[in-house]
Amino acid sequence: MSSNESTAKTLIVAFSLSIVCAIFVSTAAVMLKPVQEANKALDRKRSILAAAGMWEEGKTVEEQFAEVSTRVVDLRTGKFVDDVDAEKYDQRKAAKDPSQSERLSAEQDVAKISRRENYSLVYVVEGSAGEIEKIILPIHGYGLWSTLYGYIALESDGNTVAGLGFSEHGETPGLGGEVDNPRWKAHWPGKKVYRDGEVAIGLIKGPVDPASANAPWQVDGLAGATLTARGVTNLVHFWLGESGFEPFLNNLNAGEA
Amino acid sequence: MDSVKDTLTGPIFKDNPIALQILGICSALAVTSSLQVTLVMCVALTVVTACSSFLISSIRNHIPGSIRIIVQMVIIASLVIVVDQVLKAYAYAISKQLSVFVGLIITNCIVMGRAEAFAMKNPPLPSFLDGVGNGLGYSAVLIAVAVVRELFGTGKLLGIEILPLVTEGGWYNPNGLLLLPPSAFFLIGLLIWGLRSVRKEQVEEPDFKMAKHTVAREGV
Repeated sequence: MSSNESTAKTLIVAFSLSIVCAIFVSTAAVMLKPVQEANKALDRKRSILAAAGMWEEGKTVEEQFAEVSTRVVDLRTGKFVDDVDAEKYDQRKAAKDPSQSERLSAEQDVAKISRRENYSLVYVVEGSAGEIEKIILPIHGYGLWSTLYGYIALESDGNTVAGLGFSEHGETPGLGGEVDNPRWKAHWPGKKVYRDGEVAIGLIKGPVDPASANAPWQVDGLAGATLTARGVTNLVHFWLGESGFEPFLNNLNAGEA
Repeated sequence: MDSVKDTLTGPIFKDNPIALQILGICSALAVTSSLQVTLVMCVALTVVTACSSFLISSIRNHIPGSIRIIVQMVIIASLVIVVDQVLKAYAYAISKQLSVFVGLIITNCIVMGRAEAFAMKNPPLPSFLDGVGNGLGYSAVLIAVAVVRELFGTGKLLGIEILPLVTEGGWYNPNGLLLLPPSAFFLIGLLIWGLRSVRKEQVEEPDFKMAKHTVAREGV
């Protein structure tokens, strides 16, 4: 076994092992890729449906998602565009790509995301006559430890919340992670976003007093998660504000989108 | 067949990788806040430990001593990547929760420890069993910790409500500390204490003796 220690043997072992392992890993990765992509797409659609409060157990995702059409909005003009392929558009990637996104100034960047993509996907639920019933907007922003990615669904008036949900975040389980709690999410539907043209919706400390005049714009805070709660308020403010979807929602209301 | 049973069950109580060898603590802290995630992590680690021990052992006579650690790492890393890919394909929701921790199996001291301590010196089959046994030992501790953390931290087990929470109209006020990583330290510490009180032979010799407390006095 002394030959084991020779330089030639060392090199042979190292090379052959690397090649075998490389083939093994890449075969697995390539073969599983289609299943993984399908999973990711299903998971995204499921979060979208769940955010809009349309998710029902027992039905397949595809079946339920059939009512939803995916459109692309130019966030700079606030109008629908058709020259970007919604199927292929990777919004996460675009948000990091300087040619497809804009740098945000410090006062614009309340959600601490530093860049905003030029185009965003939006998901439109249409009624039988083609009228818009609900509109689901992707939102993201920084909480305490992590960037929260989620969706907010608005009713056709562009002002009433139909639901909110996060599909991805790394907040503390039990504290900030309570953004996933269905009981907390149930506070969102019916809340109003704008008050005299300004985004007014936000989380407050403790439970909302239903008798208060501000109640329609307030959502219960998360106990023990002040910073995550602030992050959620900020990201909702950003995405429904001037730099986010507000121009688009205004256009939509005016019938000009 | 006694030796087979020994290699398989030995690591669960007698020679537990976490409780006795104090290996693999990092992931024990990170993934035990929910039982479901813990179970997947345990299966992933057991598979990786068993397969890597088997593979390393089958080529052990050809591994040059100078690069043996790197060879072990390459095999372990390849297996971990494949496990991660399989999870992403067939258990997407759980792989999202486990996120980085599957990848971190590569650096889990148990896998490397067994490769270096057992697989390099023993034939493939016993090495495989040793890997399974150590995976089970790791799983036993993780599951114990996860049951306590999830049950008393959220009042649920595997997402099913056991103790109705105050916030949902029940009587149980959950202990938020149990959901944070440090609580796993306390639990594993208590577990090791308990195990070593029963099995005295696991108690380590102290590295040094405590000297008697003395008070400096003025020369009389």
